[in-house]
Amino acid sequence: MSTENKNTIPCRKMFTDTLVELAKKDKNIVAVTTDARGSVTLDSFANELPDQFVELGIAEQNAVGVAAGLASAGKKTFVCGPACFYVARSLEQVKVDVAYSANPVKILGVSGGVSYGALGFSHHSLHDIAVLRTFPGMHIVLPCDIYQTQKLVEELIDYPHPVYIRVGRNAVPNVYENVNCEYKIGKANLLLDGDDLTIIGTGETVYHCLEAGKRLHAQGIKARVIDMHTLKPFDKEIVEKAARETGKIITVEEHSTFGGLGGAVAEIVSQSCPVSMRILGIPDENSIHATPLQIFKHYGIDADGIFDTAISFCK
Amino acid sequence: MLKANKQIISALQLKAEEIRKIVLDIVFSSKSGHIGGSLSSVDVETALYFHVMNIDPKNPQLEGRDRFILSKGHSVEALYAVLSTAGFFDKELLKTYGQFNSKLAGHPTKKIPGVELNSGALGHGLSVGVGLAIAAKMDEKAYQTYVLMGDGEQGEGSIYEAAMSGSHYKLDNLVAIIDRNKLQISGKTEDVMSLEPMRERWEAFGWEVIDIDGNNMQEIVETFENMDHHNAKPKLLISHTIKGCGVAYMEKVAKWHHGVPTEEQYNEAIAEIDERIKNLKSQL
Repeated sequence: MSTENKNTIPCRKMFTDTLVELAKKDKNIVAVTTDARGSVTLDSFANELPDQFVELGIAEQNAVGVAAGLASAGKKTFVCGPACFYVARSLEQVKVDVAYSANPVKILGVSGGVSYGALGFSHHSLHDIAVLRTFPGMHIVLPCDIYQTQKLVEELIDYPHPVYIRVGRNAVPNVYENVNCEYKIGKANLLLDGDDLTIIGTGETVYHCLEAGKRLHAQGIKARVIDMHTLKPFDKEIVEKAARETGKIITVEEHSTFGGLGGAVAEIVSQSCPVSMRILGIPDENSIHATPLQIFKHYGIDADGIFDTAISFCK
Repeated sequence: MLKANKQIISALQLKAEEIRKIVLDIVFSSKSGHIGGSLSSVDVETALYFHVMNIDPKNPQLEGRDRFILSKGHSVEALYAVLSTAGFFDKELLKTYGQFNSKLAGHPTKKIPGVELNSGALGHGLSVGVGLAIAAKMDEKAYQTYVLMGDGEQGEGSIYEAAMSGSHYKLDNLVAIIDRNKLQISGKTEDVMSLEPMRERWEAFGWEVIDIDGNNMQEIVETFENMDHHNAKPKLLISHTIKGCGVAYMEKVAKWHHGVPTEEQYNEAIAEIDERIKNLKSQL
């Protein structure tokens, strides 16, 4: 595993670069956006494939409905814009037109979590996993780096279900070494093995979980680290195995501590293999505004915070 | 579509009356449903499904079929009655409407052949229609998309987002219809929230607006037959209708938005429709 912070490409850019290349070969791939081609990095898609690009202006409700119509007509539809708006303003369209109507729209929520940092709570999306988990038929994925993002886009093209994909705004360190990494929606990845405790991350927290896990190993604490890139369908087996074999679980998410990754893990282990847990995320408050890394540090979801929680958890 | 002659119009009128009876049966036997808005929109739906649209009830997913979206999903009894009469599903299924685990819910779902969208939440259908119409343009396909909305539904802001995009993309293959029966659940639409001037508002959004008597089969059919689908403008039909149309005591009475007739009222309504059916049959 490479953990050096050398990557300069944001996941959103990797997503759209991959999408545009695939769309050149498949005219049924369509991108829809809401005056967010810059935020999403869809400029090259719009310029190179104008006939497969639908701009709808600042109107997220309409965009999701239109995307559902396009998908209903057989288009491989990606509706792309800031996560904070798509899973709030247009939530009913996601519920009814996409999930309930089983239109296999791919909703790319960019700059998710606290990516917009200093822009403040209105632009943070810390509820998306909790809400979308309750929509039957909705799948949810949070890739952790550019390689996984690239693999994900390839899998999404003909994926027959509606999917919400959350990626961050800034370039983040790679977790995987190259694009040949294992990736399958619904199947979590074991990044580091151990039997003293398990640390489970999703999206951008995975890198921090892995860093913390390595430091713990150096201290003689054998931490298991899991990349839970898919929040739905959820990899129950890997969680149950971790609970049985390590007896302690820390979950780490760039999300409310209510109803997200921690909630999903707790729902499983509390019913099949009860173990002690620590749920790290954003508490029930309006998240602070600062740089994303400052926010991660403030709420203890960076490598240092995870390491400290693990040390006290293992005492 | 073939130009309708007098005979065809009479046959469509007869069909609409038979469908009204089915709507009454569904609501009376299940003791639920939205009868007023179903009865007001029966004539337009009958014209679409039995004369205007290119559809095949035996092949609901027909490539290139015209699309119909019931955005005012609560008027589902009319849609179920139309679809079953057209042969999309067995009329026996209607008896299960609203029952435990029935396929027939109180709002349309794609479990039913011929239904293109699960609807019920208002203000969604036109956006989905815009998506279907854009897809048709992208694929250079000739199908039309029809979206039936309620007038009370016009309070939903998302409709105007969709309206903007319909004219922006010059979707002359998209026909929105407002069932303008002037009543919503709480009373007169203009008392609840003013919707006028409806024509001017939609014209300002760049739509071609056509006012019709939505309970006059001749006018409905002629309007669809003469529609220009190549003028770079989406169409809005303001379909002026009577809520509860065809059952005298229900007409223009807000409480019949989702009222359920007693047995006596049911029999009275059926007798009234049967009388019209008798007259229509004598003309055929």
